[in-house]
Amino acid sequence: MTKPNRHKAIAIASAALLLTLVVTMSQRRVKAAPPESGISGTIKLEGTAPHQRPIDMSKEPACAAVHKANPVTTENVVAGPDGGLKNVVVYISEGWSGAAQATTAIPTWDQKGCQYIPHVMGLDVNQHFKVTNSDPTSHNIHPMPKPGGPNHEWNKSQPSGAPPIDAVWGTEEVAIHVKCNIHPWMSGYMVVVKGPYGISDEKGSYKIENLPAGNYTLTAWQETYGTQTQKVTVAAGKPVSANFTFKAK
Amino acid sequence: MAKLVAVTLALITIASAVPILAHIWVPPADISTHGHLIDEQMSDTMAEAGICFIAAQLILAAFIWMFSNRKPGDKIKNFPGGAKGLVTAAFLLVGTEVLALGFFGTRAWADVFLTPASANSMPVQVQAGQFAFYFRYPGPDGKFGPIHPDKINEASQNIFGLDVDNDPDSKDDIVTAEMGVPMNKEIHLLMHAKDVGHSFYVRELRMQQDFVPGLDLSLHFTATKVGRYEIVCTQLCGLGHYNMKAYLNVMSQPDYDDWLKKQASMQ
Repeated sequence: MTKPNRHKAIAIASAALLLTLVVTMSQRRVKAAPPESGISGTIKLEGTAPHQRPIDMSKEPACAAVHKANPVTTENVVAGPDGGLKNVVVYISEGWSGAAQATTAIPTWDQKGCQYIPHVMGLDVNQHFKVTNSDPTSHNIHPMPKPGGPNHEWNKSQPSGAPPIDAVWGTEEVAIHVKCNIHPWMSGYMVVVKGPYGISDEKGSYKIENLPAGNYTLTAWQETYGTQTQKVTVAAGKPVSANFTFKAK
Repeated sequence: MAKLVAVTLALITIASAVPILAHIWVPPADISTHGHLIDEQMSDTMAEAGICFIAAQLILAAFIWMFSNRKPGDKIKNFPGGAKGLVTAAFLLVGTEVLALGFFGTRAWADVFLTPASANSMPVQVQAGQFAFYFRYPGPDGKFGPIHPDKINEASQNIFGLDVDNDPDSKDDIVTAEMGVPMNKEIHLLMHAKDVGHSFYVRELRMQQDFVPGLDLSLHFTATKVGRYEIVCTQLCGLGHYNMKAYLNVMSQPDYDDWLKKQASMQ
């Protein structure tokens, strides 16, 4: 290659690089802007929440010590003072035509104080997640998808200080129950869906963002009360509200 | 060379007896009314087996020493009756010893395992399951509600599968993860397994009893010393076996009453 030619090549390469950079940055800016449309709402519990039993962890002194001041309870129904229902997953069960969200985030399923944190975790199909153990004791992670289904049950031990376990679910499933055989009180759920979803917080609020306009069927799943559905129409630029109410049994 | 073997044998024998005679390793203190019988039986067995062992080894060493340089032409003495007589004598001797140990041992064991619990003993139910023990107290009505295995749900802490809404006897049942008992009160422990074989072992109580799936077994004991003792599973029951344990909390009667009240409030 002659000298002028090399300069030319460098100039073209730099221009191309700059262009790519500008394009990616501008795209990112578009994504970071307020969502064109989204669904938000509140999940309420009608009636009194069933009694949640305190958990006695005396079998595992290290965990019992963590919760000594504030004993933890079961989390089958977690309702706030104003009836907001926590840990409800709202997802699009019909009308989503896109692929699973191309997210690179790797959520963490932590075992801390002999509890699962979070208690309910949403996942996209094929989204990797890591299982960590923050306790000074061993745990075993035992997710139990529906027998005979495409997702397979597994059961791995994770001693204290062991490296995180990388895992992934290949198919939608609402919901996969996870337990620890060493600490029978440990219980949690993984909800594997295709497309965007929201999980309700302490006040029962959830939010599904970045939704293209269209007609959707929303499903709200709660571990004790099961599912509820409702149809919503999302127009471009107009956030939609969709509330669910579960009746205490 | 033979004399060296004899001396080594004698030294090993004496050295192995030293830690036992010196009580370097002793079991944890007994906290039960029956434990001394077990302990006495153990030390009797140890003394008898130990004396036989030391005697046999030292006689062997002596024989090696005495007859190591036999000269050609020396007469060999035989046991009266030859090999047959020797085996018969050994059989009778060892047989008597084993039978005697068994006979006296059974007395200690039967006192614990083959006698019924007294009428005013306090019933406590224990359920062993992979990989934890849970305990149930009948509450003020003194009755255990029925168990419905299909209702067992660990996520909601319904460990025993009770139907509190429909079974009146279950309403006041108290389920705990720790076994609290009052001191100097006979406990009638009703045992059942949820899944596979397990074992209930408390060193300080000198008690060990397997859980057999499908069988309702029971134990009775009286703890005499306040403290917290480990209950461990001593029957390999699966992956989490090493961590299958609970605590036996022996308390004074007022402490126990408070404890039970607190447990009842946590149901």
